[in-house]
Amino acid sequence: MAKLSLDSLTRSYGDLTVVNSVSLAVPHGEFLVLLGPSGCGKTTTLRMIAGFVEPSSGSIHIGDQNVTAKPPWKRNCGLVFQNYALFPHMTVAENVAFGLEMRQVEKSEMGKRVNDALRMVRLDHLGHRYPRQMSGGQQQRVALARALAIQPDVLLLDEPLSNLDAKLREEVRIEIRELQRKLGLTTILVTHDQEEALTVADRLVVMQDGHVRQIGTKRDLYERPADRFIASFIGRSCFNEGVITRSGRFETEDGLVFKVLDTGASGPASLALRPERFVIGDQAHSMDNHFTGTVEFVSYLGSSIDAHVRLGSSTKMVVQMANRDGFIEPSEGDALTIGWAQSAGLTYPRNQGSISQGGQVS
Amino acid sequence: MLALREGWFGRLALKGTASLAMAYILLPLVFVIWLSFFAQEIPSFPPDGYSLRWFLAIADHKVFAQGFVLSLQVGCLATVLGLVLGVPASLVVVRYPFKGRNIANGLLLAPLIVPGVVLGTSLYVFQIETEIATGYPMMGSFWGLVLAHTLIVIPWTMRLVTANLQGLDRSIEEAASNLGAPPLTTFYRVTLPMIRPGIVAAALFGFVNSFGNLEMSLFLVGPGRTTLPIAILQYLEWKIDPTVAAASVLQIALIATALLITDHYVKLSRVV
Repeated sequence: MAKLSLDSLTRSYGDLTVVNSVSLAVPHGEFLVLLGPSGCGKTTTLRMIAGFVEPSSGSIHIGDQNVTAKPPWKRNCGLVFQNYALFPHMTVAENVAFGLEMRQVEKSEMGKRVNDALRMVRLDHLGHRYPRQMSGGQQQRVALARALAIQPDVLLLDEPLSNLDAKLREEVRIEIRELQRKLGLTTILVTHDQEEALTVADRLVVMQDGHVRQIGTKRDLYERPADRFIASFIGRSCFNEGVITRSGRFETEDGLVFKVLDTGASGPASLALRPERFVIGDQAHSMDNHFTGTVEFVSYLGSSIDAHVRLGSSTKMVVQMANRDGFIEPSEGDALTIGWAQSAGLTYPRNQGSISQGGQVS
Repeated sequence: MLALREGWFGRLALKGTASLAMAYILLPLVFVIWLSFFAQEIPSFPPDGYSLRWFLAIADHKVFAQGFVLSLQVGCLATVLGLVLGVPASLVVVRYPFKGRNIANGLLLAPLIVPGVVLGTSLYVFQIETEIATGYPMMGSFWGLVLAHTLIVIPWTMRLVTANLQGLDRSIEEAASNLGAPPLTTFYRVTLPMIRPGIVAAALFGFVNSFGNLEMSLFLVGPGRTTLPIAILQYLEWKIDPTVAAASVLQIALIATALLITDHYVKLSRVV
């Protein structure tokens, strides 16, 4: 039985539907990430789970209880806000105790539970401080302790790391992940940062324009993106436009024919290739597809090197090469043979009017 | 402005103007305080000597003492009533969009703009009409005066509490709700403490304005019932000795103390 389930959850404001029939089942102890660009409906979905936004239709179950009509204060969801939202007039310990007071926890037990929660985030020595006396990272950990102290059925995290600097973000992210594992908490995190999503998630839900575009593990999403949007949103892809002429054959606008993964579709389509799936040089000849082109542009990225290789008048590929010992990077103007497997070529039927340049990486 | 700040001439001009403005505001206060210690009865410069007798003279004038007590009572009660009405009104205006919200807000701020004489006249007529209609002796009564002064406190509450509420992060209240606090608990435990600076400032400014109000009160006081400003005005009609100055000094001292005490708890520069 799922710990949290959403059934055709919808929210409209007038003619605008910001969350459109979202259905999810989150098993106990799972770390689920709602990922998408701003305005995709992920935060509204989270706020509906917490009870701050009333669904226009659909239902929310926590455990076997239907909470759709319950007010936020009766839901037992621990929510961690983007801007921490600590009570400025209370000390750290009072902040953490607030939820326990509301649950009428005994005085004697309260002190212990507050302390336990603060120890989990390694702040038990700062209980007497006020939020304004603490750094952003510390404040966010207090917010986390406050949400954990009430022993929530579901932990909800609303872009909890976006106000922290890069190094701290990494640190708090790992801390959240470890605590979540240790406590076996069913957790939902909302973010627009795909790197953040990929590091913490058991499963991801990619949303766009109020719709769920794909649900799956990191591997599912990266290896088999359900549409062009996800192929560009999760990781990098280089896109070329053309036509699927017959099963497993893709002809580019400038007449090159590639072997691609057969999806049963035909007609105008975009071809997406991950830059790290290419092999170069002699090895390329043994691949399903191998072509020789001209290196137009090389960009040095440290651990890897990108070469933009032109194969035809409009076809361009972005090839990522690992920066290994003894690797001699190609220079601009060189001829380079590149190859890739048939299974690496993912095609997406093209919508009219959204044709982009060959070799575009996004 | 930036150019003005740079260079010695700009700095000098800025400081000069600022000092002039400060002097313009403070000079009358300084003179009143100085005058209250003059020995002679008819104020003239330079003073013949210094004395505290005018402060003692206040005690002999029962009208001043009574006026002080009445002003204090009216000011305190009006402040409490003004807050009780103004804080919820301000919450509604900020939080709940409804038709005519701007009109409601404007009306609640109006007593701040309407001249005291106009306010006094209209309340005078209103109270007389009410008295005729209901038979309740409202005109010149203590509560009639308190209710009128409440009108002075409400707009200050609206202005300061509204400003405070608008700057409030709603997610903090949502956090309380998320942790299990029903709306009323959230209000008392979270919202109210966070708008405390606005409320304290509103109480202070409301009280000070009520305490010093002359024009409106003139229309509304009954026989034998005078507020301190009215008592001072009436005294001035017959005498010009420094007793009035001494009474003013006490008034200034009271208001200054109130300001300083408030500032100790809530930094006024942050809310006003």
